[in-house]
Amino acid sequence: MHRITLAEVTKVFNQNRPNEYPAIRGISMTIEPGRVTCVKGASGSGKSTLLSLIGCLSRPTAGRIHLGERMISGLPERFLTAIRRHTFGFIFQQFNLIGGLSVVENVVLPAYPLAPDYRTLMDSAQELLARFDLAHKAESQVQWLSGGEAQRTGICRALINDPEILIADEPTANLDSRLSLAFMDQIAQLRHTGKTVLISSHDPLLFDSPVVDSVIELRDGQLLEE
Amino acid sequence: MNFFRRQRYLVDFTLSSLLRRKGKNLGLLLVYTLIVFMLASVMLFTHGLKQEIGKVLQASPEIILQRMEAGRHALISDAYLEKTGELRGVTERRGRLWGYFYDPAVKANYTMMVAEERNLLGTEVIIGNAIARTRGIGPGDYITFRSHDGETYSFIVKGLLDSGTEMFSADLILMSARAWRATFGVAEGWYTDIVLSVSNPREVANIAQKLSRRMPDTRPILKQELLRTYDAIFSWRQGILFVLLAGAIMAFVIFAWDKASGLSAEERREIGILKSIGWETSDVLQMKFWEGAILSLLAFLCGYLLAYLHVFYASATLFEPVLKGWAVLYPAFRLTPVVDGLQLATLFFFSVFPYTVATIIPIWQVAVTDPDAVMR
Amino acid sequence: MRKSGSFLLLIALLFGLFLISLLDTAGAVPEAEERLMHTRALVTALGLTDPALFTEARYTRHLSQADLHSAFQDHPMALEHFPSGSLILPPQVGSGE
Repeated sequence: MHRITLAEVTKVFNQNRPNEYPAIRGISMTIEPGRVTCVKGASGSGKSTLLSLIGCLSRPTAGRIHLGERMISGLPERFLTAIRRHTFGFIFQQFNLIGGLSVVENVVLPAYPLAPDYRTLMDSAQELLARFDLAHKAESQVQWLSGGEAQRTGICRALINDPEILIADEPTANLDSRLSLAFMDQIAQLRHTGKTVLISSHDPLLFDSPVVDSVIELRDGQLLEE
Repeated sequence: MNFFRRQRYLVDFTLSSLLRRKGKNLGLLLVYTLIVFMLASVMLFTHGLKQEIGKVLQASPEIILQRMEAGRHALISDAYLEKTGELRGVTERRGRLWGYFYDPAVKANYTMMVAEERNLLGTEVIIGNAIARTRGIGPGDYITFRSHDGETYSFIVKGLLDSGTEMFSADLILMSARAWRATFGVAEGWYTDIVLSVSNPREVANIAQKLSRRMPDTRPILKQELLRTYDAIFSWRQGILFVLLAGAIMAFVIFAWDKASGLSAEERREIGILKSIGWETSDVLQMKFWEGAILSLLAFLCGYLLAYLHVFYASATLFEPVLKGWAVLYPAFRLTPVVDGLQLATLFFFSVFPYTVATIIPIWQVAVTDPDAVMR
Repeated sequence: MRKSGSFLLLIALLFGLFLISLLDTAGAVPEAEERLMHTRALVTALGLTDPALFTEARYTRHLSQADLHSAFQDHPMALEHFPSGSLILPPQVGSGE
């Protein structure tokens, strides 16, 4: 179980060009393990950028990010990917499933580069699908799924490698209230199993939910003091 | 072990991905297979013909002596035959009687030859299979020719030449010397050309020189030249067609490159998704490699196998119109299966390599980018 | 069965056929030998010098024996008979002198 620490992290897009844009400016914070943290803020406040920095999807322009004792912000791509694979699971706002492939094919995709044993992998996938009530849809193509089913598929995919930290970027933006609440129930379950969850959202249903342990607010790329 | 397992997973994904557009990819595979089929057919056919003809012509006479008159091929007399006997090294010599006969009934040229050893009667002929087919006749039937002096001579077909020899005998008519001379009006003591056997192949050039000196109005044709001519003919023709069809492959490769480099937003997004869920650049590139390799490998194997069957078991029927041209008579022959390892390796290389590379290289740029673009 | 499994099976099958075709080139020998033997015997007996592949004209029929007075014999564009003329080289001149 690792604590995530950020020290004076800055991310500037299109550096040294006329359309230079600082998305994150000098953020220092800690994310406690085994807890559900919600990052709230208006669109353009830098939530997505922050999440992608923490999740090793991109590197900061300045500052340091630590995962436990290990500094991950300066690592070359190869190590970054290895960490990302084993530590983080991603859930996206747009679901980001690969169309034309079935649900189970999408779910096992993150495991392919790790090349686990086939039977073991398929068993894990079936178990996850059953847990999230998707077993009957295993062979369906993802483009025919409803919004809720697609989101649950995304959750299963994020969990296939059994990561300790789950990152969800605006996960309920395309879901109605009922499904949003169902999503938070699933998050509660995951917290119960000891996972660390980091969610970004501007939906009060999420950041005001009892499931969330701590809330962090961003405005214009900077932390708002509580 | 892990490496093979991972490759297998990547192939799983690539196949699922290709099957999403079944029609288009199947069409692509079909066209590519066709191109390989044509290339391989040309390669196998010309090489097979070259080998077959080369092997058979080894049994040709060492020297054929033609007499020239005003630059034209003219008949050669007994006197010349005597003179060739004076040369040392000439083990056998005989005058050959053969000529062309145009049959207006079927608009075909026959090669009429004398075959003394067959002991044919003056009214008997043995014909080649192509003639039998074209004129619809067989043993026991009659065939008539108009001779040089307008007379009509009737012959009975005693038999057909062995079908296994068709490549060389398809248009032959064998008859007795008397019948031949009567048909063509060639007097006794004159021959079409003289055939010489020489025991020592190294002596042939020498003897040819002596022949030219002693009989300056003659032209010796050597077996070695014969063999070289046929070798060159097939290599040349094969080269031209090879270039044409290789051009077709190149066009295909360019098309593949263009397709791959004009990545749609959809494809970019998918690569971004793969990277965001944990795929490294190398995984993405390996997957793309399989995309190109699967298609080109299947195209190569299917194309080559079909070409092999086409050339050696279907007598290269697709090439018949090209070879036959305006000819009426064409031999039906089976080629001995033979393949040149180097040509095969070249075909494999050019079928698989360029296409596979063309699928990978253009997406390099996208495969390397940071996956956070997906988050936007 | 996994997609890659079916694919591997297909490739294995095709490759097996490919190997068989290679073996076929070595194995077809006895039957071919007989045919070749007969043809060679005929060639020796009659003194044949050319295959009967291009029978449309006398100078295409016996490429090695063709004489020199026909039009464009030595010319690279020996096209008077299509397609043989465009597919084959004119006879090589000046050899054996």
